[in-house]
Amino acid sequence: MAVKSVSLDRGYWVFLLPGAVALLLVIIIPFLINVGISFTAWNGITEPTWIGLDNYQKAAHDKTFWMSFQNNLYIIVAMTIIPTIIGLFLAAFLYDFVANKIGNRVASVFRAGYYLPQILPVAIAGVVWRWILQPRWGVLNWLLDQVGMEPRNWLGDADIAIYSVMGIMVWFQIGYPLVIFMAALQRVDPELYEAASVDGANWLEKFIHITIHQIRPEIFVVVLMTLIHSLKIFAQIFVLTRGGPGRATIVPSYFAYQNFFEKANVGYGATIATIMTVIIILLTVLFINVQSRQELREAA
Amino acid sequence: MNASLVLERFNKSLALLLLTALLIVMLFPFAIVTINAFKTPAEYASNGPLSLPGGLYTDGLRDFWDRVDFTNKLINSTVISVSVAVAGIGLSLLNAFALGIGRVRGRVWFLIFFLMANTLPQEALAYPLYYFAKSLGLYNTRLSVIIVFSVIQSAFGTYLLTSVFSTFPREILEAARIDGCNKVQLLLRIVTPISRPTLSVLFVFFFIWTWNEFFLPMILLVSTSNQTVPLAIAVLQGQHNMDATTSSASALLGILPCVVFFLLFQRTLTKGITAGSVK
Repeated sequence: MAVKSVSLDRGYWVFLLPGAVALLLVIIIPFLINVGISFTAWNGITEPTWIGLDNYQKAAHDKTFWMSFQNNLYIIVAMTIIPTIIGLFLAAFLYDFVANKIGNRVASVFRAGYYLPQILPVAIAGVVWRWILQPRWGVLNWLLDQVGMEPRNWLGDADIAIYSVMGIMVWFQIGYPLVIFMAALQRVDPELYEAASVDGANWLEKFIHITIHQIRPEIFVVVLMTLIHSLKIFAQIFVLTRGGPGRATIVPSYFAYQNFFEKANVGYGATIATIMTVIIILLTVLFINVQSRQELREAA
Repeated sequence: MNASLVLERFNKSLALLLLTALLIVMLFPFAIVTINAFKTPAEYASNGPLSLPGGLYTDGLRDFWDRVDFTNKLINSTVISVSVAVAGIGLSLLNAFALGIGRVRGRVWFLIFFLMANTLPQEALAYPLYYFAKSLGLYNTRLSVIIVFSVIQSAFGTYLLTSVFSTFPREILEAARIDGCNKVQLLLRIVTPISRPTLSVLFVFFFIWTWNEFFLPMILLVSTSNQTVPLAIAVLQGQHNMDATTSSASALLGILPCVVFFLLFQRTLTKGITAGSVK
């Protein structure tokens, strides 16, 4: 009996083989090769030549490279900061006021409606907005024209294109934090609010000291996940502006894509992709760290 | 009526008014695309985008459907997404069985490994995958996309399923062991049936995520006959100078499958979004 149970507890690693080999072939090895390519000059056809850190030095002095990361900060504002803040207020309002005083069903109808953009593939969301913002016959310019305001080339004007993209991303993104935060609020003890009311706390004080404090873990997850998503943004830019006009809306992933497939600068494309990866891995490590600390705290 | 009651009613109406205004803004793009997909180009030109269509004009939709061979795109997307969901779950199940039930040595490191793989940007895999696919003769085949995404999705699936399996009731495993169950039987007859609810959440997730993918499918699938729904619609936007109504018909065709999925899988999804985020 003892021998048998030992043999059953071993040998599980066999089950890990297919998945681990697949991961190695499709993700790990391609990733390492990409890092390798970043140290070469390569047009994708002839033999690559080793150039060491030249691509990284080139990136450090490349205005387009810096522009792409600067634009990414705008995207982070639109995908992480604004949706998280709006999501917090909206979730608290729907959960506290609407669900309690008007009805649970009304609150869930609003939640579902605000969430709807999230079900779209980002590429399709881009197609929809490109249609609305079309300069000649688009809806937005038509509306502006009706009220006597100046129509604009929302995606084609270098001064405003990035703000148009930001607006679209806020629209697309709000549903995600809202749904997560509303679920999180369900586990907040209502007695905390009652006790605070007895102590004479106003709405804002309760919001800051109880709501935000209690759902900190979810806020953290939302911020990190959306940060990672915004660093990966590609399809929206591809559909809406192709990084333009000029380089007004270029982002790192689109810049990498251009170097890979349009400019035949595979080495430089790989460099940009590697730098993106380093940033994302640092964020993920932070995520794992905080999450395991959180689990420890919950277990204690 | 006393004053505080009046105030409360006023607050309620004001709240509803503000929330409804925001709802209209959020739903406006869906509504505007839908009504204009059913208009004739002449109607659009004379009445503008906000008027309701005079009749159900479906030529724009049909035109676009035929032009891109939308049936073919739906088949491509379905074949790819279902295959990825099934293969991705298979891989995740095997991995999680070893890590969560078998608790193989070094499982924490394996888990970290899978989580990392899940967050890597696809840009950092794109060129080598493109190059491999070309040299293996898999370039421009649906199979290439199926293989790549089964593995990518399994990285998340492994992470989620392992955390579910690590709380799997040990008494059940013990009982099965005493009954003389071997590992394969344990996986197929005990663990898999009991974790069906989680597996169905994963199936829906993998299916929809794969359906929505853009970057790698665009790089791996070059000919239109192999492309997926979002890919075909998005790529066509740039190429043809389409008029307003055909354009909105194309957007509507991109939206519709997702709305259908949302209605079909709503409960699973809302459960999953919140479970997947914190667990």
